[in-house]
Amino acid sequence: MNHGTRYTTVAISLHWLIALLIFAGWGLGIYMSDLPLSPAKLRYYSWHKWMGVTTFMLVVLRAGWLATHPAPGLPLTLSPWQARTARVTHFALYLLMFAIPLSGWLMSSAKGVPTVYFGVLRIPDLIGKNQVVGTVLDVVHSSLAFSLAALVGVHVAAALKHHFMDHDGLMGRMVPFLKPPRL
Amino acid sequence: MNARVIRSVFCGSAALLAAVMLTAAAAANDVDAIRSSITATFRQMNVPVEGGFKVFRGNIDFDPGNLKAARARIEIDTASFDLGAPEYEEELRGKEWFDSPAYPKASFDSSSVAAVGPDRFEARGKFTLKAKTQEIKVPFTIRSEGGARVFEGELPISRKIYAIGSSEWDDTLDDKVIVKFRITTNAK
Repeated sequence: MNHGTRYTTVAISLHWLIALLIFAGWGLGIYMSDLPLSPAKLRYYSWHKWMGVTTFMLVVLRAGWLATHPAPGLPLTLSPWQARTARVTHFALYLLMFAIPLSGWLMSSAKGVPTVYFGVLRIPDLIGKNQVVGTVLDVVHSSLAFSLAALVGVHVAAALKHHFMDHDGLMGRMVPFLKPPRL
Repeated sequence: MNARVIRSVFCGSAALLAAVMLTAAAAANDVDAIRSSITATFRQMNVPVEGGFKVFRGNIDFDPGNLKAARARIEIDTASFDLGAPEYEEELRGKEWFDSPAYPKASFDSSSVAAVGPDRFEARGKFTLKAKTQEIKVPFTIRSEGGARVFEGELPISRKIYAIGSSEWDDTLDDKVIVKFRITTNAK
């Protein structure tokens, strides 16, 4: 049980590292898919996939850490519906952080362009090449990514609302230089 | 009116007859495209991407007891390259790659075949792609499958020699493209 009022240093580091990768990977994903065929386009696709593999591994690590190091309790000022919404949102965020790299991985296999981590480690193909499956997974991958963007928007807006409107110190649980909340 | 009917019946029959004759002529030693495949694997940043040529034809005269008389000719429609990604295929038919409108066909024409091991052979001959012709060696194995002959092998082809993809691709895409083939002929 975590009796502190803020997340552990490991959890905070993983949170911000994954946040950075999500923003970079999302932006690159949007940008690269509309480019005409060029060496740069294929390079960006490889980078995007490397980011996805890294994110996936960090999310596994983070979920494992969370399971063994529970998050600090929410401030008592939160109403039950707010606490419930926070739990649901966080669960959905985790779900998407798993599902998005996974769908990208499957899509790569279905499109016949395997993922080779840092150009060195070939990630096995879980499914065979299939154009229809590839197109479906493309839609799934981007829909999930847009859902994540929306959810991240909610997540960030809620954090800012707690900080600037409620002044309950909630953001201090995850932002290193802020004061942690009083319970 | 009668003349027109007779004429069209005659033309139709002639066309049918020609088709039947062509089919008959296309029997022994001709490539059975349905049971054959020719693929090319490009490698970009160590990521292998394979595509196949959907349309090709040819004829292979091959008697292991008389290699001197062996002869193979294969012709590939470059526009038929199928990556499983239509948006790239259109690009690959363009000037920078296969330039299919200007050079619709690639071909291999053997000049000699030598045995290099049990059921292993090497054909030499001229390979032409995008109007550039090179002498190449094609290693292959042979086996029988239900009365048909199956020739299998793979060989590296240089992109640069045949000007497939401009030099801006050199950092991203390997020069070496692996061509794999599995050719079935209707030999008796």
